[in-house]
Amino acid sequence: MTGTWREATEVTEGKEVTEANEVMGTEEAMEAAAEVVEATGSAAGTGAVRTLRTEDLGYTTPSGRRLVDGVSLTVRAGETVGLVGPNGSGKTTLLRCVYGALTPTAGRVLLDGADLAAAGAKARARRIATVPQDGQTGFDLSVRQIVAMGRSPHKRFWEADTAADRALVDEALARVGADGLADRPFGQLSGGERQRALLARALVQQPGVLVLDEPTNHLDIRYQLEVLGLVRALGTANLLALHDLTLAAYYCDRLYVLDGGRVVASGPPGEVLTADLLAQVYGVAAEVAVHPATGAPTVTYLPGPPQRTPAR
Amino acid sequence: MIRTGKPAAAGNQPVRRVRTSAKRAGRGSGGRAPGSLTYGALIAVLVLALAATGTAALAYGSVKIPPAEVFDILTGRARDPSPYRTIVLDVRLPRVLLGAAVGAGLAVVGATLQALVRNPLADPFLLGVSSGASAAAVSVIVLGVGAGLATTVTLPAASFVGAFLALLVVYALAREPGGGFTTSRLVLAGVAVSYILSALTSLLLVVSARADHLKEVLYWTLGGLGSARWDMLAVPLAVLAAGTALLVALARPLDLLLVGEEGATVLGLDTARFRAGVFVLASLVTGVLVAHSGAIGFVGLMVPHAARMLVGAGHRALLPVAALMGAVFLVAADLAARTVAAPQDVPVGVLTALTGGPFFLWQLRRGRAREEAAA
Repeated sequence: MTGTWREATEVTEGKEVTEANEVMGTEEAMEAAAEVVEATGSAAGTGAVRTLRTEDLGYTTPSGRRLVDGVSLTVRAGETVGLVGPNGSGKTTLLRCVYGALTPTAGRVLLDGADLAAAGAKARARRIATVPQDGQTGFDLSVRQIVAMGRSPHKRFWEADTAADRALVDEALARVGADGLADRPFGQLSGGERQRALLARALVQQPGVLVLDEPTNHLDIRYQLEVLGLVRALGTANLLALHDLTLAAYYCDRLYVLDGGRVVASGPPGEVLTADLLAQVYGVAAEVAVHPATGAPTVTYLPGPPQRTPAR
Repeated sequence: MIRTGKPAAAGNQPVRRVRTSAKRAGRGSGGRAPGSLTYGALIAVLVLALAATGTAALAYGSVKIPPAEVFDILTGRARDPSPYRTIVLDVRLPRVLLGAAVGAGLAVVGATLQALVRNPLADPFLLGVSSGASAAAVSVIVLGVGAGLATTVTLPAASFVGAFLALLVVYALAREPGGGFTTSRLVLAGVAVSYILSALTSLLLVVSARADHLKEVLYWTLGGLGSARWDMLAVPLAVLAAGTALLVALARPLDLLLVGEEGATVLGLDTARFRAGVFVLASLVTGVLVAHSGAIGFVGLMVPHAARMLVGAGHRALLPVAALMGAVFLVAADLAARTVAAPQDVPVGVLTALTGGPFFLWQLRRGRAREEAAA
């Protein structure tokens, strides 16, 4: 199991290298990555998924506030898709609908065409992993125990962890650079360490889809780059909400821009991230230029009033 | 910690591998796994401790019996007829067995409830579950509900229902909108419900003007093991064994509860269904035990805490250790209850409250310090 995962990842990584000098995130690159994943069987173990789709997804709170409104998006295996937008634009709510913490009030979430609502919590957790918002616990579980919980969806409830499970846990901890933390109490970790431990838990779930809400929160810049690079190299279908537009532009194949719960723009970062859009959605003045070294759009914010008032 | 060779995304590609230094922490501390040598040794030590405490409880009391004689009586080698035979076999042994069962059960239920509300200050007594069981049992006795049926069944059944309802009410009152449980809400809701139900129990008994009603009030609200007889042991022992076995089997989902509702859900747990199941199990074990011992407090608070210090918070390791420690603790407490004011029996709940109350306050203080440190 472990072997397949690692090999598949490395193949995908190789693809990543050859693709990287071209503009990242072209349709061909995505297709190619998806093909590599399919050719090597399951990209991430048992939960392989080829496509995650949301179809007119909507969420309205019981009090009647519409947080997500008619969002349709697609993420293919091997592709990293970014969700950007200002605070309160519905990113988190949308992601929570996708990973099952919220039940959408409209539309559907589809995995390879099958409605996710029909699957049980366990079947869903075998295919979609996430780093949930911080659940503080008053109990001292070790990092290893927390990470090992990622094996739960693959187990009958009475089954104990096997040596193979423990190997997966060790490997995942090493991949996020947290192997030195294994025996520390989870509650005593710093925000960044916690974030990496929870990412390791998501890896241990061997999902086909990785849904991450601000995965770079709390992380210093080196880990931000490493975590995003790691996620990208997994070969899973990745859907990430990101605040940092430059990071999003660099690591994502495509972006969806949310504003007021709706998708207002989507496409490759180079097409989506424009000064006009930033003024309209975020209400800020900014300059977008293609960075000579990365080849990805880089956003520079300019102080002062936006060129246009945001349309909200 | 981790070291990467060169600054990450300096080139044109995303970082491909997170390199790690070879340094590894030893596997020691973080929760001894069941099946490991140290865990086995710990269980063996606890079993021996239970045997020793049990023997002491059989030997001491208003009449002192030499431990050697106790052994002979238990193994059937006593010279016939031993004057102590009846005391050891018919009076003290059922009491020790009941004490062990109640102590083990309360500790296991305490640990389970703590996972359910994600707060180490939960306990069947503090959450009003035991009082719910008492009140229901007393209602059956006083009002004569189901009279004619075997009380070995109606009493535990009523207690189970009472415990379940009390737990539902406290859970609903204490739960924050987001699904969390703050200590203050939990304790306030638990204490209020527990007081109302204890008052109801006392009222029912006093109004019924039964001959021994004051003693009965003490028994039902503070607990005692004095009613132990061979013919009533089967139900509590069976429920304890089955309930504990089931909860140990459910260790994995119980662990998941510790990371919160959303965390458990994304890891594949159907939280609503599992929680309902745990409600029923915890109420069943509490109800059946309280029907035979009254409401004994704080065992379910202190013992899981001590057990966690030994084996960590993982339930597969925790629950068996908590069960054994609970059994040892309550057998010892009952021995003390029978001897400190002999020939008077002090309700054993008085002694557990005397030790558990200060422990609770210490925990409360510690929790506050921890919250301040986190803030």
